[in-house]
Amino acid sequence: MSEMIAPASRVLDIGSGDGTLIEHLFRTRGCDARGIEIDMAEVTRAVAHGLPVMHGDADTDLAHYPDGLFDYVVLSRTLQAVERPQEVLRQMLRIGTRALVSFPNFGHWQVRWQLVRSGRMPMTPTWDRPWYETPNIHPCTIRDFFALCAQEGYAVERWLAVDDEGRQAPWRRFPGLANLFGEQALFLLRRA
Amino acid sequence: MLRPIRGKGGGTFAHGAVARRGHAAYANGIMDHLDLPSRDTHQSATFDGRFMLECGAALPSVTIAYRTYGTLNAARSNAILVCHALTGDQYVAEPHPGTGKPGWWSQVVGPGRPVDTDRFFVICANVLGGCMGSTGPRSPRDDGPDAPPWGTDFPPITVRDMVRVQSLLIDRLGISRLFAALGGSMGGMQVLEWAATFPDRVFAAVPVATAAFHSAQNIAFHEVGRQAIFADPDWAGGEYWRHGTIPARGLAVARMAAHITYLSEQALTRKFGRRQQIPAAGATSLFGDMFEVESYLRHQGSTFVNRFDANSYLTITRAMDYFDLAADHDGDLARAFRGTATRFCIVSFDSDWLFPTAQSRAIARALNRAGANVSFVEIASDKGHDAFLLDEPDFHRTLSGFLSGCAEHARL
Repeated sequence: MSEMIAPASRVLDIGSGDGTLIEHLFRTRGCDARGIEIDMAEVTRAVAHGLPVMHGDADTDLAHYPDGLFDYVVLSRTLQAVERPQEVLRQMLRIGTRALVSFPNFGHWQVRWQLVRSGRMPMTPTWDRPWYETPNIHPCTIRDFFALCAQEGYAVERWLAVDDEGRQAPWRRFPGLANLFGEQALFLLRRA
Repeated sequence: MLRPIRGKGGGTFAHGAVARRGHAAYANGIMDHLDLPSRDTHQSATFDGRFMLECGAALPSVTIAYRTYGTLNAARSNAILVCHALTGDQYVAEPHPGTGKPGWWSQVVGPGRPVDTDRFFVICANVLGGCMGSTGPRSPRDDGPDAPPWGTDFPPITVRDMVRVQSLLIDRLGISRLFAALGGSMGGMQVLEWAATFPDRVFAAVPVATAAFHSAQNIAFHEVGRQAIFADPDWAGGEYWRHGTIPARGLAVARMAAHITYLSEQALTRKFGRRQQIPAAGATSLFGDMFEVESYLRHQGSTFVNRFDANSYLTITRAMDYFDLAADHDGDLARAFRGTATRFCIVSFDSDWLFPTAQSRAIARALNRAGANVSFVEIASDKGHDAFLLDEPDFHRTLSGFLSGCAEHARL
């Protein structure tokens, strides 16, 4: 993910957790990287580690940043858990020139197969919480995401899917295959 | 806002008071009920020439009492200004010379502490309007040998006035930019004001348990305290020194009411619950038995009057009430910080109902609007507003980590 971010750029990491990414971006790429995190224990850990992280919520707090403040706004594996994914993406591309979004792919064959075979909500290594306690209220597939980008007019600068082991999958030219075999997807978007 | 300044009162005040320049006067006079600092227990700096206050009045000169800890490095780049709260003082990291109690932030400031005096040069100054050696209502009006104290004629001051005086002190110490300014409650207000007024002079700012304006509820509690002082006949219209008295009852009640606001319901329950104690022999209690919480508050009130001047209390509570940083910037708090390069760390405590987290979040959001680099943490604690003064490991880790991170960015 950090390879998609240009050195010395200004980055906001939404859902920054303990701040691993922002620390990596600061130390290896000289970025001015900041974080927003909803879990207070993680915020405290990150700030106590010297990282600029504020407690906040992707659904409500992005509105307080000025237009174009960041070169990149990052949302890692969080899009499926926000209340209004469409609005969060709009805010990301309002406050940042580019958005870097990763999410678990609900179109993976295991998910499809389990639902077809058992008729019950799938449980996989990626989708590992039962329906009644998962925070993932807005799952989507890679194809869904392409469709949303087209609808909103976002340019997809780069995208890739990774398999169960985190290896980059070789289906770059075939979104249909990526949607079947990719466990997770990563998109670099730009305001068109 | 400007209170008319009366002419010098008739020369009835003598009492052998010593009006020394650059020092709290009346140390040997009628006000020696206070556990006063002597010249030996703090440094002081006097700035001659009129000091214009925000209200339009001028002070003929200003003296500021302060303490420093640690060593200023050769580049003069490792200075941290600690701003104290309403009833705080300059003795942040050493025993109070009057009461003998440990410094009010001795758990935070010192060798190896979160504000590490082995690494940083720490400055803490008694605020303008205070009573621990800085110019305030107990200072003489002028240089005359028998000059009476200002008393309630001391002009109304603001948090910005306090900060502007501190900036003179920083100049005097040869420091062009503070590495950090930090403080809780009214200290946090000063930190915000520093960042807004002198953005190029503060590399990092840590406003703790504070707000960008004093709320109606906060003003209301202050007013209860002030009315308690006014209602004490010993206050004597603010000229209690003429009668050799102090408004001890009124000031104690003010402190008791304020002290409740510094604690939380959970903390009071945990510490005292409904436990009662048997009154000491000879002590009179209206209802016979006494709840422990009552005894505690009375103790808080009675010890306070020995270390704080009533007119100072009036002056400083008013300065807090006036504080509204957004109002000074066309009603938009983000404007106060526009283009700032200062790195901020906003800290609140979840049981603080005097300066609740919502107020800190509003500051953090305004800083976001200004594009500032801001960390924002709400610390879990059941100790209420007072938590910022107490042993809160998460807070101390946060402070220490933030300062270390900033030191790296400042190449310290």
